[in-house]
Amino acid sequence: MADSDKQGANGGAPDAQGDVNRRDFLNEITFAALGMAAMGSAVVTYRYLSPNVLFEPPTKFRAGSPDLYPMNTVTYLPEQQVYIVRTPDGFYAVSAVCTHLGCITQWKPEADQIACPCHGSKFKPNGVKIEGPAPAPLPHFLITLTLDGELQVDKLETVKINQAFKV
Amino acid sequence: MATTFHDALSRLRKTRVWKSIFRRGPALTNRTRSLAVFGNLFLHFLPVKVREKSLRVRATYYLGSISFLLFVILSITGVLLMFYYHPAVPQAYRDMKDLRFVVSNGVFLRNLHRLAAQLMVLAVFMHLFHVFYRGGYKPPHEFNWVVGVILLLVTLFLSYTGYLLPWDQLAFWAITVGTNIISAMPVLGKYVRFQLLGGNLVGENALLRFYVLHCVVLPLAAVLFIAVHFWRVQKDGGLTAKGEDGRKED
Repeated sequence: MADSDKQGANGGAPDAQGDVNRRDFLNEITFAALGMAAMGSAVVTYRYLSPNVLFEPPTKFRAGSPDLYPMNTVTYLPEQQVYIVRTPDGFYAVSAVCTHLGCITQWKPEADQIACPCHGSKFKPNGVKIEGPAPAPLPHFLITLTLDGELQVDKLETVKINQAFKV
Repeated sequence: MATTFHDALSRLRKTRVWKSIFRRGPALTNRTRSLAVFGNLFLHFLPVKVREKSLRVRATYYLGSISFLLFVILSITGVLLMFYYHPAVPQAYRDMKDLRFVVSNGVFLRNLHRLAAQLMVLAVFMHLFHVFYRGGYKPPHEFNWVVGVILLLVTLFLSYTGYLLPWDQLAFWAITVGTNIISAMPVLGKYVRFQLLGGNLVGENALLRFYVLHCVVLPLAAVLFIAVHFWRVQKDGGLTAKGEDGRKED
């Protein structure tokens, strides 16, 4: 009782034992609560700005019957931005998106190359980099066969560059 | 004619409406002239007194004012363009075409907005070069230099977000390339790209986000920092004259 009287007398300053007085305590919990509320607001705002449903093209698609693709050809599928390459080893699904800055490459049959119009990267038909600013080869996507005998490409699954799909 | 106009003006200045707005008498003395500046929201950013020497025209003198004038032009033309523009796919591209070929004077407003935007980037850069080479970043101006650099970034972000809005091939691929550059940033890159685009590719969400940033968020930021910038110019004496030996005069 004597302690609290002394605190009241000197206007809420810390007492001799170095304990936290009432004013400092209230200040601290107030700012801590405001800080937590601010951080919580930042988190829920970030979550709000991250869309949960995206109306984007599906990443898994059917590429039709294997017979559609003649031997030793590169076929561009514009909807999915994928090349279906057929070689004697089998099928490859090569991404058409340049690994440099995301432009869509073009198949140039006369040069036997895949070329990027934005910054001049060049690739072999199997996606291996020939030249240009692109840092990596074009990735290959997983090909599977559906029950009714069509090729199915999954753009979320990449495979090794020499892993051909044999039908 | 001149005298009647002058008479009309002095009669207008004695009306109750005029006095209720300006709250002072005619600016005949230094005191009322000062009050005219202090009592005006738009003028109190500016110094009460400017030396004749500091108004001497040099080649680089008006770059900051030109930048601000271009910002005003861009705000006015931008608001007018908004009356015909829907930030939706594919309506945005059609609206841009309508502005060019169907709407009366639309092509003039659109071109004015585009050209002023490009000139503003140029003018802001030249303003910063001028200030930098004249040592304007040194104390007591260092805070205003930082505000100026922030304004440069706001200008560049405004330019970049506006680039997507016509929704043509140039816009689409420029934003595709630009946001892929952002995703090269360590650790945070792909999250920043996802948040900016509202998805994994440049689509409807990206167009709407860039529209909101371009028309609301960034202009408000620009106005805020321009206000601080001008206020500091007055407080730190950005417009005060320098003596022949380079020292600031009192």
